[in-house]
Amino acid sequence: MPQGVPIEFTGVTKRFDQVAAVTDLSFTVEPGRVTGFLGPNGAGKTTTLRMLLGLVRPTSGTATIGGVPYAHLPSPLTTVGAALEAASFHPGRSARNHLLVYAHAARIDTSRVNAVLKKVGLTDYADRRVGGYSLGMRQRLGLAFTLLGDPGVLVLDEPINGLDPEGIKWIRGFLRELADEGRTVLVSSHLLSEVQQSVDEVVIIAKGELVHRGTLASLDTSTITVLVDAPDRAALGSALEAAGLAFTTVSGGLLVSGVEATDVGHVAFVAGIELSALHRQRSGLEESFLALVGAGDSL
Amino acid sequence: MSPFVAGVRAEFTKLLTTRMWWLLAIILFAYIALIAGGLGALFAGTGSDSLGRGPNPATLGPLAPLIYSFATSVGYVFPVLLGALATTGEFRHQTLTPTFLANPRRGQVLGAKSVSTVFVGAFYGVVALAASVGVGAIVLSVFGKDAMLGDGSTWALVARAVMAMALWALIGVGLGALVPNQVATIVIVLAFTQFVEPLLRLASSFSEPTAAIGKFLPGSASDALVGSSFFTISTPGAGVLEWWQGGLVLLTYAVAFTVGGYVVSWRRDVT
Repeated sequence: MPQGVPIEFTGVTKRFDQVAAVTDLSFTVEPGRVTGFLGPNGAGKTTTLRMLLGLVRPTSGTATIGGVPYAHLPSPLTTVGAALEAASFHPGRSARNHLLVYAHAARIDTSRVNAVLKKVGLTDYADRRVGGYSLGMRQRLGLAFTLLGDPGVLVLDEPINGLDPEGIKWIRGFLRELADEGRTVLVSSHLLSEVQQSVDEVVIIAKGELVHRGTLASLDTSTITVLVDAPDRAALGSALEAAGLAFTTVSGGLLVSGVEATDVGHVAFVAGIELSALHRQRSGLEESFLALVGAGDSL
Repeated sequence: MSPFVAGVRAEFTKLLTTRMWWLLAIILFAYIALIAGGLGALFAGTGSDSLGRGPNPATLGPLAPLIYSFATSVGYVFPVLLGALATTGEFRHQTLTPTFLANPRRGQVLGAKSVSTVFVGAFYGVVALAASVGVGAIVLSVFGKDAMLGDGSTWALVARAVMAMALWALIGVGLGALVPNQVATIVIVLAFTQFVEPLLRLASSFSEPTAAIGKFLPGSASDALVGSSFFTISTPGAGVLEWWQGGLVLLTYAVAFTVGGYVVSWRRDVT
């Protein structure tokens, strides 16, 4: 079984003309785990991955795989498998021939072509021209290309885009399986919810800069807020103020942070105020994510 | 297998796994067969005693090499298109991404593409000559002219014509890298080969200094390499290079375009 090696970004910066796409990005992706590379559309995820793969030259900094830049890997496809976008196929070529071209180029045994087609479930469609493929089938062909060299490192850009629910379930299991085998798995997405069931670690970027990295749990800031309302909202406000609880007024009532619902209920009871609503709210991962990337910039 | 040989093999697989190569080959064969047959009949017919008008056969020289060379003088646009589509297709369908992932040594990839395309270009030469010699010889025989199939010079012309077609394919690869926009490249190839260059060659033939420059145009060089062409005969003022000089001029164009294309597009960021 091929062993994963770490992916390392060191001070990577990319400017297109005068526009900074990625700025001073440094992080490491470890083997044996699924790492989610997250950020809103346009945050620089694809540019970062393309720099890792030697397709885009960084303005400064280095990106390496097991300490080696992609362009200097002695056998790139058996070291790293990458799926970048669904459209990188000649529409007039069959899936089998598409894979055969790159098996020849990378000196990979052609028996791998059938093996990976089977693995992604495309065997029955392998001799059809790719032009007639659905987006989901193209994604699967992209994955087949990724696996051609049985690499220890996998880099997948938005692999869940365009998959049906069955395909999403399949790819989640698949990513888990690859990481459990000890491979390095880096998966980009603009939606946390899309990958939060399958990733162990997250690296979050916004506007080309690193804003968070750590385990998925580290993203859960666990802020608890209580939404409370009363027919006499002004009286409730005064009572909360008197009890020393900070709150903000929202359309559905008063939002009190940093306390439990029982505390708020107690304050109201003591003040003799009738409540019409009392909810405990826990801010989820998605909220933390949106707060990090700047909610206004996400989709 | 060395990485370069593996690359050549991969580029062959690319060329031969879409319909483009055999579609172009079929059209090439039909087109050249039509021209060689039609114009062959016209020249052979007008040269015979039954028809008094038309070009004086004496100025045309032997008809056979003229008709056989339609394979290149008319057909050369096909290997250029093949080569240009081979490179521009990589940009158009974004297959540069998997290509450079499989082999990040980009110069090696471009070299492998040139080598594989040269072979398919030579194959186009064989197809075009099968049409021009095959159909042309039949027509000449019908009109009682010498088809010159036993003549060594005919087969030397055939060999040089195959070489010319291979070089044109190489030029196409370079041009495609130089102008990666597929539509733009096709327009340039068709406009230049069918319109601009014939006019330039004609215009340059009117004075000696311009003729000295005109003989270095790629079409003139190609005709010089092949050793015969309808164009050369119909514009007697045009200068002509030695056959090997013509080959070198074509090769120079191919290398210049390919190196230029490498700098302009091939080594750029693939986004």
